[in-house]
Amino acid sequence: MPLALEIVSPERLLLARDVDMVVVPGTEGDLGILPGHAKLVTSLRGGLVDIYEAGKITDRFFVTGGFAEVTESRCSVLADEIIRQADIDPAAAQAKLAEAKAVFDAVDLNDADAYREASDGLISAQAMVDSLATGVLAKD
Amino acid sequence: MPSLKTLRNRINSVKSTQKITSAMKMVAAAKLRRAQAQAEASRPYAVRMAEMLSALAASEMGNPNANRLLVGSGKTQTHLLVAVTADRGLAGGFNANITKMVRLKAAALQAEGKSVKIFTLGRKGNDALRRDMGSQITGTKNFVGKKIVAFTDAEDVAHEIIRGFKAGEYDVVTLMFNRFQNVMIQKPYEQPLIPAVAPSANDNDAGEAMEHNYEVEPDDGTLLDRLLPRNLAVQIYAALLENAAGFYASQMTAMDSATRNAGQMIKKLTLDYNRARQANITKELIEIISGAEAV
Repeated sequence: MPLALEIVSPERLLLARDVDMVVVPGTEGDLGILPGHAKLVTSLRGGLVDIYEAGKITDRFFVTGGFAEVTESRCSVLADEIIRQADIDPAAAQAKLAEAKAVFDAVDLNDADAYREASDGLISAQAMVDSLATGVLAKD
Repeated sequence: MPSLKTLRNRINSVKSTQKITSAMKMVAAAKLRRAQAQAEASRPYAVRMAEMLSALAASEMGNPNANRLLVGSGKTQTHLLVAVTADRGLAGGFNANITKMVRLKAAALQAEGKSVKIFTLGRKGNDALRRDMGSQITGTKNFVGKKIVAFTDAEDVAHEIIRGFKAGEYDVVTLMFNRFQNVMIQKPYEQPLIPAVAPSANDNDAGEAMEHNYEVEPDDGTLLDRLLPRNLAVQIYAALLENAAGFYASQMTAMDSATRNAGQMIKKLTLDYNRARQANITKELIEIISGAEAV
């Protein structure tokens, strides 16, 4: 039984197809999702979404954050922003990291929401830069 | 009786107006198709988000410490009306319908002794409302010069609204926009944003969704803290897209009838013109004949 994977961003449906397994970056750690997974809702941190088909990673995306909803036969990734890892521009990622750092340094520590947002932004920007080291998937 | 020359000039000017309106109609039709496609593309995300939210919200309803975006601030004293209109006119009653609805709602709320604040999205709504309700407008944003609305625009608005809500500037937030039903019908519609209402139980597969048997990471409260602001942005984004699609549909209909009216006008003026020309010829003939008889 395959897993129906759906990757959506607010602006469009990016991908909808059956896959064998998908690994998503949950806030509490990476989750490998196979068909028949228990029903789950989780928030996502910035990181890589790996799609496995026939024992190999066939597609690799970077999400900046978002949510994932998992049922026995389906996995929906609701990404804040998502791009193919191969399309990340290293210079732009570095610039984003510098910007996130500046925001984080300037944030008012007494404002819990603003602090959470700034730290989420920093984690996600750092993850974007780090993800480039994970090895870019060769395009077929 | 107007002279032949003035009639000719009027016919020409109506003809060029007709050319403009029919061109605008075609442009609106093309843009409508794009706006509809964009609205279509944003739907899967909104649907999934609503499913997740309704599952979590149901379990959170009894909790006194639930997120205030979900259950409200406990008061209903100050209302914020978010009026979504287009940035341009020439679309029939499209923008006026929203401003009328805002005025009615504001008057009804004020009659109950509540205070009303207004946030306008779109230039036309701001132009119309600021004349008599300018002091109540707390914020405004328009998208003049932008081809399509980006999600980040909706996010900025959501941020601003949440900031005001947290600062206690208002207790209830309602979104007012034209819902795109079909090309002919756009209905003004009001949708509560804060407190958020879970979709009603008679939604299609709500029976399954309402029953919250999800495992949740990190936990319900934390997830809702992230989900609710996001959901607000999604709803505003959806309203902006419906607004864009509705505007082009409305403009298309308005321009279609303007083109038809111009056609009728041309017909009538041409008839007048021909009659006047005929009358002139007849008059000249009579003059010639009576002149010849006199000789």
